[in-house]
Amino acid sequence: MEKPETPILAHKPARPVGIVGYGAYVPRYRLPAREVARIWKGGKDEAPVREKSVPGADEDVITMSIEAARNALARARIHAHEIRAVWVGSESHPYAVKPSSTVVAEAIGAPVSIQAGDWEFACKAGTEAMVAAIAMVAAGMGRYALAIGMDTAQGRPGDALEYTAAAGGAAYILGPAEESLAVVEGTYSYVTDTPDFWRRAHERYPQHGQRFTGDPAYFKHITEAGKQLMKDLGVTAADIQYAVFHQPNTKFPQRVAKMLGFTPEQIQPGLLSPVIGNTYAGAAMIGLSAVLDCAKPGDRILVVSFGSGAGSDAFLFRTTEALVERQRLALQTQDYIARRTEIDYGMYVRLRGKLAD
Amino acid sequence: MEIPRHWRLKKQRYSLQGEICPHCEGKIFPPRDVCPHCGNDARTTFTFSGRGKVYSFTHVTEAPAGFEETAPYTVALVQLEEGPVVTAQLTDVEADEVEIGMPVEMVTRKIRSDGNERGIIIYGYKFRPVLDGAR
Repeated sequence: MEKPETPILAHKPARPVGIVGYGAYVPRYRLPAREVARIWKGGKDEAPVREKSVPGADEDVITMSIEAARNALARARIHAHEIRAVWVGSESHPYAVKPSSTVVAEAIGAPVSIQAGDWEFACKAGTEAMVAAIAMVAAGMGRYALAIGMDTAQGRPGDALEYTAAAGGAAYILGPAEESLAVVEGTYSYVTDTPDFWRRAHERYPQHGQRFTGDPAYFKHITEAGKQLMKDLGVTAADIQYAVFHQPNTKFPQRVAKMLGFTPEQIQPGLLSPVIGNTYAGAAMIGLSAVLDCAKPGDRILVVSFGSGAGSDAFLFRTTEALVERQRLALQTQDYIARRTEIDYGMYVRLRGKLAD
Repeated sequence: MEIPRHWRLKKQRYSLQGEICPHCEGKIFPPRDVCPHCGNDARTTFTFSGRGKVYSFTHVTEAPAGFEETAPYTVALVQLEEGPVVTAQLTDVEADEVEIGMPVEMVTRKIRSDGNERGIIIYGYKFRPVLDGAR
């Protein structure tokens, strides 16, 4: 069989699917970058973010996912009994073996006849779960599926990642397009074996390939995924109101936005890394929740995640009339960001259990 | 290790699932299958809203075993909107901010770790000052 010359690679769900509910979560503590610089760099360093969010001693990916999922349920205005899948993407699941998803499912009141599982793909575990949720609803295997991206990221004391490794994320309930606040216009994913960042089993902190994390990893995968999706759907940056990219720091998403033709204004509402840091599997997803909080009906939103190892999931959403009334049915992303308690490096060491080993 | 007990209590701990009396409509927490108000059988499940007010409180500095990780913390009697009073830790609040009558809402948090990094993690209800946001 002949290969078509310009194949369409993007996926459009066989049945129209959309986001029926979404919810964010960010813990209350903030560690300013100047605190990290004070301890490790004599106070002199060019920090990649202003500050980052830090979870409380009684918080982890499970508790944070529960709150985000409850917010998503409040916006979807459905009973948890109608959910057919609970999937949690993270690289900080509290257990190595024992699913986060079953605790989340039980806490929000989901039924026992569901798919439940934890996903791992570095920072794109949550968007991978979202693609699967879209497929499940499109396939008619369930009316609603819940996909969560949430992290309490690990940074070795003194490592460059300590400035940014943060906590937070968002939950999405995917369902029929006619009930949606944002319809999925298409998705496209691009993955390769690229060893830019990893954490071996039983290791507490990750390793990374320093500058190798940039061009061959982050920029390559996001631009490939974003360009292909826009091409296949016949849209350009000018047809899109907002864009959200994975945000490991402040500069990377700004630079990749420019490479794909987006203006600083188009990425501003979803660029949260300067004030909450890099929430890993939560980063692109909470960027999207911040955009949904302020978007208007008919807006197009491009989301491209990036997970080390490596890959990107690209989504194009179009918001509907249902968005406006649901924006205020739960706490907004900026409400959580505004709830801010600054801590010093000492308290950070205690909260993150850094003296434990 | 008290795994069976933790497992049995998960519904009430994760989401404040109690009971409602089919005879006198009394809301019951924790669930006990017999209505404390009228003495009749009460087995209908009822999930509480999680909203309430601080009825009384005390600060704990010397925490019992298993709770050291979050000490010092505040324990409160919280009067739920639906009536019952529950004992719970407060979270996301400084000790000097707590006062009687303060509106609080339920969140599901880590209560304790059973046996440090090896045992199961116990999750359950705590209360925090109501987050209103821009709603």
